[in-house]
Amino acid sequence: MKKLATLFTLLCGLVLLAAPVWAALTINGAGASFPYPAYAKWAHQYHELHKVKINYQSIGSGGGIAQIKAKTVDFGGSDDPLKVEDLDKSGLVQFPTLIGGIVPIINIKGVTSGQLQLTPEVLNDIFLKKITKWNDPAIAKINPNVKLPDQAITIVHRSDGSGTTWIFTNYLSKVSKEWKEKVGNNKSVSWPTGVGAKGNEGVANNVKQVDGAIGYVEYAYAAINKIPFAKLANAAGKYVDPGMESFSAAAAAADWKNAPGFYMVLTNQPGEKSWPIVGATFILVHKDQMDGDKAKTMLKFFDWCFKHGDKVAEELHYVPIPDSVVELIQTAWSKNIRLMERTGYKPLWP
Amino acid sequence: MLPPETASAAVNYPAPRPRHLQADAIFKGLTVIGAIIVPVIMAGIVWELLAGSLPALQKFGVRFFFTEAWNPVTQNFGAASSIYGTIVSTAIAMMLAVPMSLVIALFLVELAPPWLSKVVGTMIELLAAIPSIIYGMWGLFIFAPFMSKYVQPFLGDTLGFLPLFQGPPLGIGMLTAGIILAFMILPFITAICRDVFALVPPVMKESGYGIGATTWEVTYKVTIPYGAVGVLGAVFLGLGRALGETMAVTFVIGNTHRISASFFAPGNSIASCLANEFAEATEPTYVSSLIALGLVLFVFTFVVQVVSQMLLRRMYRSWSLKI
Repeated sequence: MKKLATLFTLLCGLVLLAAPVWAALTINGAGASFPYPAYAKWAHQYHELHKVKINYQSIGSGGGIAQIKAKTVDFGGSDDPLKVEDLDKSGLVQFPTLIGGIVPIINIKGVTSGQLQLTPEVLNDIFLKKITKWNDPAIAKINPNVKLPDQAITIVHRSDGSGTTWIFTNYLSKVSKEWKEKVGNNKSVSWPTGVGAKGNEGVANNVKQVDGAIGYVEYAYAAINKIPFAKLANAAGKYVDPGMESFSAAAAAADWKNAPGFYMVLTNQPGEKSWPIVGATFILVHKDQMDGDKAKTMLKFFDWCFKHGDKVAEELHYVPIPDSVVELIQTAWSKNIRLMERTGYKPLWP
Repeated sequence: MLPPETASAAVNYPAPRPRHLQADAIFKGLTVIGAIIVPVIMAGIVWELLAGSLPALQKFGVRFFFTEAWNPVTQNFGAASSIYGTIVSTAIAMMLAVPMSLVIALFLVELAPPWLSKVVGTMIELLAAIPSIIYGMWGLFIFAPFMSKYVQPFLGDTLGFLPLFQGPPLGIGMLTAGIILAFMILPFITAICRDVFALVPPVMKESGYGIGATTWEVTYKVTIPYGAVGVLGAVFLGLGRALGETMAVTFVIGNTHRISASFFAPGNSIASCLANEFAEATEPTYVSSLIALGLVLFVFTFVVQVVSQMLLRRMYRSWSLKI
């Protein structure tokens, strides 16, 4: 019995001593589910090349902001851009990594992707519970060639604090005064009707399972899971399909140079080809870093994503950030992100 | 002449404590510390809950418990929909699970051949070991579509005149959450009931059979009354579990802050609301409202415990008097 006990203690001791060797450098991030497909793929590719593990948890933009402010993660992801005052108060640096589109997804028997057309007014009325059935005359009028069933519309929205919700309600607040007054623009709102699901993944799943459902997700989730989406009429009055072309058209006019803290909202952009619900997704890191190696590795990862991640982003239907903006971002890194040392501050980039 | 021991006692030197009594003192000390830790932790939790929920309760007052609104944009919160959801989903679960558990336990003890009893008994214990998030995933991917394709349309057609069964068959909602909760608490109640019924002295049952009673009469008049105290304890155990169950409910209850008459409608429970929203609540009123919800759940569970203890004690007393 005694021999067994000593053997066991020896084993535990060995494991504990070896643990630091096994723990390779891991960078932890958490936040928006909007960019999760791209981040996951980038992290995987980066790990194969450089053996650094980037661990990103898709918990929603609200969670990302809360966790980076609480310093439980190394970087946070959010589609809800923080204003400069908030960034300064929390000592954070914000920069965009991707631009993507949010599409309304539907589950109507016999209706395929791009068949159903919606105007901002109709979309607004559906989500405000003013239109409750699919064969309502308002929807039938703009869809003369689609057979709409006499079926109740079930809204699927987010139950967690979501940047996707923020962008979506931002768009609805812009196109409808009633929405702005009744519901508003936030990561979490009081929805007039509907079922709540966790994450973009949850909304996609629920729409897939419930007949007559409509929800809103980042385009990658609809494309990868082959869930039918609806066309939307943009600010110029034209019906557009979601995709790289319409997202890039919306992102083209963005003036990043004059955006303090890179605060940028891209909903309801002008242009005949623009998709109306487009947004950038942001990364938040602390200005003052304690662990120089970790911070440098993290910045090197993001630099790699900007330089080599474009193909993966485009495959997943995100618009990559243009090179001119990447230069601005890296200037912001040099100016703001620094290592706290005993003798003072040391910039961490380049 | 005094013997040497009493001589030293008379001089009043304190004798060194012998080894075995030292061990006793350490043992007593450790156990006392261990016992004190429990009320200290309890007090800590209660203190945190009260202190954390005070801002929200001061802002909204008593109407916090009766308002259905839950608006993070205007920071107007009310606990009514969460409380309603917790109570209704638990009620559905208890109404389904308790009769089924009794029936299963009676079958295992009275009617099943021993080999079947052992196999089914083990399977029920395995059901109890399944993590609740697995129930949630199974519920969302397999059970909810089953509900929306077959069960809910059937209930809507046959019982649709009742407001309880009206509305579109979403699959997820209060009824599905209640049924999944029933699956989760079934093993606990069944295991305890089975143990309690197995402890009925064979003498009593045989006396019943001896005077010509049927199996049903012996079960109804001897086994169940003998085990009534244990059954009640099991029921309260299941109730406590159902009140606090989080992940399984979060997946299938629909996460909507609304009170609906229909079982088909989505809703939310206190535990599911906290699971969904606590990690991201940043505004102080929001956080405080969520902690207030936690306080409500704590009070519920506490009251259930106290009531169950009182009832059990009274039943035990009357039962032991009868015997």
